[in-house]
Amino acid sequence: MAEDIASGAIGGTVADPPRPPDSRRPAPREVVPLRHPGRWIAATIALLCCGFALHSVLTNPNFDWPFVARYFASGAVLDGLVVTLWLTVVTVVVGFVLGTVLAVMRVSRNPVLSSLSWGYVWLFRSTPLLVQLLFWFNIGALYPTLSIGIPFGPTLQTIDMVNLIGPTAAAVIGLVLHEAAYAAEIVRGGLLSVDQGQTEAAQALGLSPWRTFRRVVLPQAMRSIVPAAGNMLIGTLKGTSMVSVLAVEDLLYTVQLVYNRNYRIIPLLLVATLWYVIVTSLLSVVQYYVERFYARGALRQLPPTPVQRLRSRWRAVLAAPRRPAPSGRDDP
Amino acid sequence: MNETAPLMVRARGVVKNFGAVPVLRGVDLDVHAGEVTCVIGPSGSGKSTLLRCLNHLEKIDAGEIEIDGRLIGYRRHRGRLHELKESAIARRRAEIGMVFQGFNLFPHMTVLDNLVEAPIAVRGRSRADAERTAAELLARVGLTGREQAYPRQLSGGQQQRIAIARALAVEPKLMLFDEPTSALDPELVGEVLAVMRDLAASGMTMVVVTHEMSFAKQVADTVVLLDDGEVVESGPPQRVLVDPEQPRTRAFLSRVQVDR
Repeated sequence: MAEDIASGAIGGTVADPPRPPDSRRPAPREVVPLRHPGRWIAATIALLCCGFALHSVLTNPNFDWPFVARYFASGAVLDGLVVTLWLTVVTVVVGFVLGTVLAVMRVSRNPVLSSLSWGYVWLFRSTPLLVQLLFWFNIGALYPTLSIGIPFGPTLQTIDMVNLIGPTAAAVIGLVLHEAAYAAEIVRGGLLSVDQGQTEAAQALGLSPWRTFRRVVLPQAMRSIVPAAGNMLIGTLKGTSMVSVLAVEDLLYTVQLVYNRNYRIIPLLLVATLWYVIVTSLLSVVQYYVERFYARGALRQLPPTPVQRLRSRWRAVLAAPRRPAPSGRDDP
Repeated sequence: MNETAPLMVRARGVVKNFGAVPVLRGVDLDVHAGEVTCVIGPSGSGKSTLLRCLNHLEKIDAGEIEIDGRLIGYRRHRGRLHELKESAIARRRAEIGMVFQGFNLFPHMTVLDNLVEAPIAVRGRSRADAERTAAELLARVGLTGREQAYPRQLSGGQQQRIAIARALAVEPKLMLFDEPTSALDPELVGEVLAVMRDLAASGMTMVVVTHEMSFAKQVADTVVLLDDGEVVESGPPQRVLVDPEQPRTRAFLSRVQVDR
């Protein structure tokens, strides 16, 4: 039986005598594929809708694309973009550092720390960011002055709160504290996703609790933290637009200032929209590579990146002309 | 076997409860230096818990455990026990290697990083020095050249051999094995047992929780049968496994033999 198959397989390369009809090989089949007219109709309707939308975007003069182009890279807009970017970076970095501390407090065995962390997350997740921002902006009404000194003792220095916490400081404080509450939950979820056996193995080896956290638990937690954190980062980028109510000159507030002067509301909002889309897209690319970094060891073989895939396809294209016998003739 | 050798493990009256459920009800265990002790018994008898108490992964509720003549997890001062700090417990644990049923290698680190992490962090060795030892250990478990692999790229048997090498890298005085072959495909069990046999032959003190009766019969100096949180019988394997005195031992052995 096995020899039959072997000789049959080799047979093709030798002289190829006329073979008797092979009963084991199924006869060539002729299959009429099933038609899907519904799919064609649905796709046509969807494409038509896209076409209409695109046409209207390009031809409606109210979009005023030349005007958009003029303001797209203007100095004021770029300044606003810079403010938005640094607000985002500060919020995410400080927010996640605070959030990690809160998450560690929450999973700690100290009941006071654990409850405090829970209470913080509860409070800052229960109120809208906009309310918190306005609250910090008006903190001067609650505590008119800040005194530095020894508690219950003499006062060394007194500062007016209004001077200390301006719009920018209120924006940073409000954004960071709000971010920390959400970051704490993301980090806690990541810590819980790491198998208990990892901690036990590290303990059995004699690693200190801090080293166990830093070298064993946190790197593995990052695998589930990064996607959620990327989501959060993009949310924060857009969330910073809320500081425009405090008159902080971020991207949105800058274009608002401009259109309050020239009343070209839609084109200027388009400028802001385009910038938000561009930065968000760049962040998504960064997120992809960070996720890949933390996936090492979790997958046996990392899938190729889009760049690697393009490069291998490009190499295949380059190699193609050198291949002998171009297609067109039937295979021998 | 070697009654004159000093006691490496001395457990007296160890009691452990999980909530209201008693898991260990006063267990005594003596292991002399250089001896191999196999702990056998039905599942749920407390074997793994006893092993985890020996390196203080579980806190015991009563009794005391001494490893190499010193209490584990506590220090005695004026007749009272004082809990040790985490760092002090960590230092003691470095003297006790442990191999888990599920390997518990660090999946985000290469094999080499798994092997050098503890020697560098706990023993203060230099990286180059630790890497030299790691290469020797890999040779010893038959996995030379796999330094750059990640654990999940290896078979279960290979992972468990790496886990043994990782535990040995800290140069422990005592090795604990918690059902090291139970998570393995049958054809991979042999390679892990072979490494453990070599280790026993080199004079390492070992406590092995296992279901491998032939391993216990060939390698163990002492076999301890645990049932329902109590030591039912203990002694040399020829007696406990071949000619047991206790009816509960006989019942357990007949069940294991039938299962085969």
